[in-house]
Amino acid sequence: MSENKLRIGYIPLVDAAALVVAVDCGFAAAEGLDIELVREVSWSNVRDKLNIGLFDAAHLLSPMAIASSLGIGHVRIPVIAPFNLGLNGNAITVSPRLHAALAKLADGDLTDPAVSARALMRVVEAGKAGGAEPLTFGMTFPFSNHNYQLRFWMAAGGIDPDEDVRLVVLPPPYMVESLASGHVDGFCVGAPWNSVAVEAGVGRILHFGSEIMAQVSEKVLAVRTQWAADRPETLSKLIRALARAAEFVADLSNRDVVSIRVAQRIEVDSDLVARTLAGHLRIAPDGTTRNDPRYIRIGGAGANRPDPVQAAWLYAQIARWGQAPLTPELHGTAQSVFRRDLYDAALGAPPATSRNGPSDGIGAFAGPDFVPDDISGHLAAWHIMRSGRPRLSIVR
Amino acid sequence: MRKGSRPPSPGAPSPAAQRDSTLKIAIVDESPIRAAILADGLREAGFTQVERIAETHNLLARIYALDPDVILIDLESPSRDMLEQMFQMSRVVKRPVAMFVDQSDSASIQAAVDAGVSAYIVDGLKKERVTSILDLCISRFNAFSRLQTELEHAKGALEERKIIDRAKGILMKAKQLTEEEAYALLRKTAMNENKKIVDIAQSVITAAELFK
Repeated sequence: MSENKLRIGYIPLVDAAALVVAVDCGFAAAEGLDIELVREVSWSNVRDKLNIGLFDAAHLLSPMAIASSLGIGHVRIPVIAPFNLGLNGNAITVSPRLHAALAKLADGDLTDPAVSARALMRVVEAGKAGGAEPLTFGMTFPFSNHNYQLRFWMAAGGIDPDEDVRLVVLPPPYMVESLASGHVDGFCVGAPWNSVAVEAGVGRILHFGSEIMAQVSEKVLAVRTQWAADRPETLSKLIRALARAAEFVADLSNRDVVSIRVAQRIEVDSDLVARTLAGHLRIAPDGTTRNDPRYIRIGGAGANRPDPVQAAWLYAQIARWGQAPLTPELHGTAQSVFRRDLYDAALGAPPATSRNGPSDGIGAFAGPDFVPDDISGHLAAWHIMRSGRPRLSIVR
Repeated sequence: MRKGSRPPSPGAPSPAAQRDSTLKIAIVDESPIRAAILADGLREAGFTQVERIAETHNLLARIYALDPDVILIDLESPSRDMLEQMFQMSRVVKRPVAMFVDQSDSASIQAAVDAGVSAYIVDGLKKERVTSILDLCISRFNAFSRLQTELEHAKGALEERKIIDRAKGILMKAKQLTEEEAYALLRKTAMNENKKIVDIAQSVITAAELFK
């Protein structure tokens, strides 16, 4: 019996939706699983509790699953990701003041990230010339898409994110307040926090993460490699429960019930969850909206199947910003974190034609197509990268 | 007389601890009471340089200014992720910081997580110098949560007594009973219905409200 009792840690974010729905709408019970969802306040806690076995599984930042397995930033804890809980879902929000400065220096439409990145470069240069303090941007964790999306965007505009601006880790619940108080000039964070900043009138959403990269693995279900080896049956049941739940989330006719369930767990307004899932967000306090069906993807169209291209892309970002060296060994380890085979074993391999989305699997707004087998060739296209340790800053 | 040359008096910290009084310890804890309990314990053990950081917004700036050897943080604080950032800073922090973990010793990590605390140390600091700090921290955190449980228990018991007293009052008035008789009636009913006295008392109060 205890074989089917699971404790799963999660951070209250919209992309925990498949987990929430699996537990609260009966999909876990249908597989005979009795899951306790445990809310956590920090990614570090999630990682440590997964590590020592207090959690059987966890909602985890995709790059963090790779970093854990590589043993960077912390002791090495081999984990695997047999299920992708979400693609995309982040956004870059800036203060009204920075937005006005960008608008003034933009050479085109600010909704184009290439234009906004160039405008940001001009703001940075003007700040340097005037002897101003560098701009500060918040993100959620060193190993996160929030960090990598900000860096990718800035670097495309010619900004060295380690030299020209300050990047600081901020817990998501502190983001909005930090923007309001001027501690940061902008941030990249997941749902619902960008919308919270807009609703509070202290920020404008500049870009959806999906405008920076059309398709990127944001959160995975992580389990310890050893746990997966010890409990293959339980893991299969969990994958099936999550897959059904993710399908349920993707089905528009269930939007109301899904939004209510997710809203209860993460304690925000259910309308906000519904708009987030639809990719239809208010981006400015004046009521302007933006719509992108790719904004966040919880299920459907292969969203949940671990994709080796994504693992390679995340490792490429880790290497680009100097968090780990680029070696074939580490590349191999990073790739082996995403366990498509376990997903297929639980659900059966999907038909070969089911692949869609951007042609290189990522769809970044700048640079050449991504080639997972040639990360060093891909990175060579970039002038701005870091060979040593990345240099994050202090929020003052 | 030089500081180190004094013979140890009874109750004074051991020479080893005295040597470690040079260690600077920062406590990041949202609970001021728990932080105070921990700081007291550390001072008693001979660690004199202990400081609590209460603000979370410029946490890293405060830590940078303080330049501690050891940072203790409660696991309920979302700021923990900010500390993880320090592993990556080669320039801004004066000395690199690492998490206090020993891969060979998962029991100590488990004990710390169970107690709800985590420790970060300056990279290169000998683990033995920090073990006693972490042990103390774990026991103080555990003592604090025991205290809290007891307090909640006591509060609960007080609430129960109030409910039972109110029910007794209602029964005494409605049925012309003495206090002992009223209590005996509650107890007998609870036994017959296999319920707790406080539950019966609550239903008496609810019923009385309905009949008002």
